[in-house]
Amino acid sequence: MAPNQGWDPFRELDHLRREVERMFQDYGVNLPGGAARRPAFLPGQAARGMYPLLNISDDENNIYVEALAPGVDPQTFDVAVQDNSLRISGEKQALSEDINPDAYHRQERSAGRFTRTLDLPVKVNTENMEAQYREGVLHLTLPKAESAKPRQIQVKVS
Amino acid sequence: MTEHTVQTTTGEQSVPETRAEEQTLRPPVDIFEMTDGLVVVADLPGVPKDQIDINVHEGVLTIHGKVKQETVGTPLRNEFELRNFYRQFRLTDEVDSENIRAEMKYGVLTVTLPKAEKAKPKRIEVKTSS
Repeated sequence: MAPNQGWDPFRELDHLRREVERMFQDYGVNLPGGAARRPAFLPGQAARGMYPLLNISDDENNIYVEALAPGVDPQTFDVAVQDNSLRISGEKQALSEDINPDAYHRQERSAGRFTRTLDLPVKVNTENMEAQYREGVLHLTLPKAESAKPRQIQVKVS
Repeated sequence: MTEHTVQTTTGEQSVPETRAEEQTLRPPVDIFEMTDGLVVVADLPGVPKDQIDINVHEGVLTIHGKVKQETVGTPLRNEFELRNFYRQFRLTDEVDSENIRAEMKYGVLTVTLPKAEKAKPKRIEVKTSS
């Protein structure tokens, strides 16, 4: 049978597989727009292990980590690096307990303790790490260890 | 006082058309009632204090926050994308718009909307005629 004539179950299956893959990809986080569609700020059941959400970038000297964590009392932040593993924990503050549960029209935000660990791509110098909490986003600057920095090798001509 | 979210399709009428293509995030909120008004708490991470626009117009509360993006270096992993925040609520009771208070702390916005004097329940004194 010529490939374009009639019904080919294998082609249909292949088509379905691709559709499903695309669906999952869309839900993924690395596609533009993918991350924005997720409910991004909710610690708790749904986001267990994935809170806070992180953006990571680097340049020659540092690794930069941004953690999306609004409403955290800065005192509760605990950021540590050990053996190339970064751990961020803290507590998102709940609203006052004095509020009568019946007085709520909407409760979409959630609160509570969170911890997330992450393997860093390269070794970092744990001496000079910096952390800043601005407008609900935690910014970390982790200097790369000397051994992890790119080095130029002089080519000698003999 | 009650409120309900203004549907996005009809709700964006107050945003000028030139910005219609702007894709915004809908911030999660807690809304609760106090004796003299309504309190709206919204997560707006990445929005500086002076980039928040809050207004009540014809019974619709609009919250619009502009995000300050500051990306350094080459991205290795992107789990979130900050976008401007936008959300509207229709309020059923009249609000004392002179006395709306807003506070921003650690990326969380708290708006207190006191009820207008005429929307408050009035106590009626019962007189006895004896």
